[in-house]
Amino acid sequence: MSVTSHDHQEIDAATGTATTGHEWDGIRELNTPLPKWWLYIFYATIVWALGYWVVYPAIPLATSFTKGVINYSSRAEATAEVSQLVAARAPMVAQLAKASFDDIQKDPKMLTFARAQGKAAFGDNCAPCHGTGGGGSKAFPNLVDDDWMWGTGTLEEIQATITHGIRSSDPNTRQGNMPAFGDGVLKPIEISAVADYVRSLSKLPVDQGVDLKAGQKVFADNCAACHGDNAKGNQELGAPNLTDQIWLYGSDKVTIVEGITKGRGGMMPNWGDRLDAGTIKALAVYVRTLGGAR
Amino acid sequence: MSLWNKHAIFEKNSILLLIGVLIVISIGGLVEIAPLFYLKSTIEKVEGIRPYTPLELAGRNIYVREGCYTCHSQMIRALRDEVERYGHYSLAAESMYDHPFQWGSKRNGPDLARVGNKYSDDWQRRHLENPRAVVPGSIMPAYPWLAKTDVDLTHIDQEMKVLSMEGVPYTPEMIEKASIDAKAQAVDDDPNAADLVKRYPKAQARAYGEKGRITEADALIAYLQQLGTQVDFKLYDGKANLR
Repeated sequence: MSVTSHDHQEIDAATGTATTGHEWDGIRELNTPLPKWWLYIFYATIVWALGYWVVYPAIPLATSFTKGVINYSSRAEATAEVSQLVAARAPMVAQLAKASFDDIQKDPKMLTFARAQGKAAFGDNCAPCHGTGGGGSKAFPNLVDDDWMWGTGTLEEIQATITHGIRSSDPNTRQGNMPAFGDGVLKPIEISAVADYVRSLSKLPVDQGVDLKAGQKVFADNCAACHGDNAKGNQELGAPNLTDQIWLYGSDKVTIVEGITKGRGGMMPNWGDRLDAGTIKALAVYVRTLGGAR
Repeated sequence: MSLWNKHAIFEKNSILLLIGVLIVISIGGLVEIAPLFYLKSTIEKVEGIRPYTPLELAGRNIYVREGCYTCHSQMIRALRDEVERYGHYSLAAESMYDHPFQWGSKRNGPDLARVGNKYSDDWQRRHLENPRAVVPGSIMPAYPWLAKTDVDLTHIDQEMKVLSMEGVPYTPEMIEKASIDAKAQAVDDDPNAADLVKRYPKAQARAYGEKGRITEADALIAYLQQLGTQVDFKLYDGKANLR
């Protein structure tokens, strides 16, 4: 590229390379041009860019932009691809929407489809709370066992829970609260007594000399309305069974006292606003086949 | 030949070279950036986008302070797989009141553009305190101090004033009521919550955490729970905004 290189065909003694003739304080610049293959690819990319400008949207104008000859739109492309996907799933989704759980279980093709779609949706939407395999964690229910807080684990009930959520903003959400009995309803000594009584229901050890009769009375007066006289719970209200070994928050006395004092009320979002009905049905099938089916 | 020789003026005079460089870069910048301010298609006309409430703004500041954007993007690209996983692709309008925007460029964690109302407040709180408590394989750092530190709302009105100078439509009334609004949003059934929702439609007012105080975690969760929820995509006309 150098202008002066033609005038000075000086060869550098040490390297045997021609110099450009540029000299700074006795130091001469070697003339080592870019490799030809590199240079031609560089020119080719410039030509490619010109073509790109013509074919694709490229140049902003005063109030618009050049649309390109193929009228490409990334948004239109994404929309079209999503609707292709929906169309490809449509026959199966329609079949699934009408089918009962027994039908789905009898039809291996439908079951495989529902489980695969359900698993994919579960991974992103449900797993953060309920765990990758549905195992749950503290405050987030286990979906693998056959113990249900809401309903009895039928497909319709699972579907309703996913669609409307629990204590969500959906008008048809599942409602029911464990009140804060520490807010002036029960005295700490009564809470302690009923916590011991609740532990005794699950055959857990209680402190020696604890008056379980007192706890039982507090339970009958305050807790039985939701949890039932026999403490087996009420799946209409989301009141858990207190006689089994399954604990949402923990079975130690401190945790039980905390729950009674401050109340509990975990929230599950209403997925009907976010997921389509087909995905929710698939999720319900997936959850039901996790092992919690009755 | 003569042109090359004239170039020597720039090579021998640094101030001239500097001015020349500035002129060339300005031309490039003008051509690339200036039209964006006049292009009607740059920001879609969409119903529902509103400025952040004072509490959400305070939460956003914590999001920026803690560097959440270094691992989480807030930009669902117009690609099938992203739409399938995260929901409707992001619109320019959805980040038009963000200064600076939080699009991010890296996804060590998932995209958060539509994380609003996806998980419960309780989950967000437990997850911020220790991500491993709810997601065993998570590589996200724990942020336990957020739930222990009261959020600083002392300058939030002044910050809104600055943002209004940048074009965010905060009214003098919004700025004046900033601290009332922030407090109304962070508790259950506050008498001022109705006014808050009037000023900021769809604002979610409730106790985000422990009662009796407003922590940094509460503000951050209030910010997260509204992300991507302002536009009602049942009413959004996608065909009118293809590009």
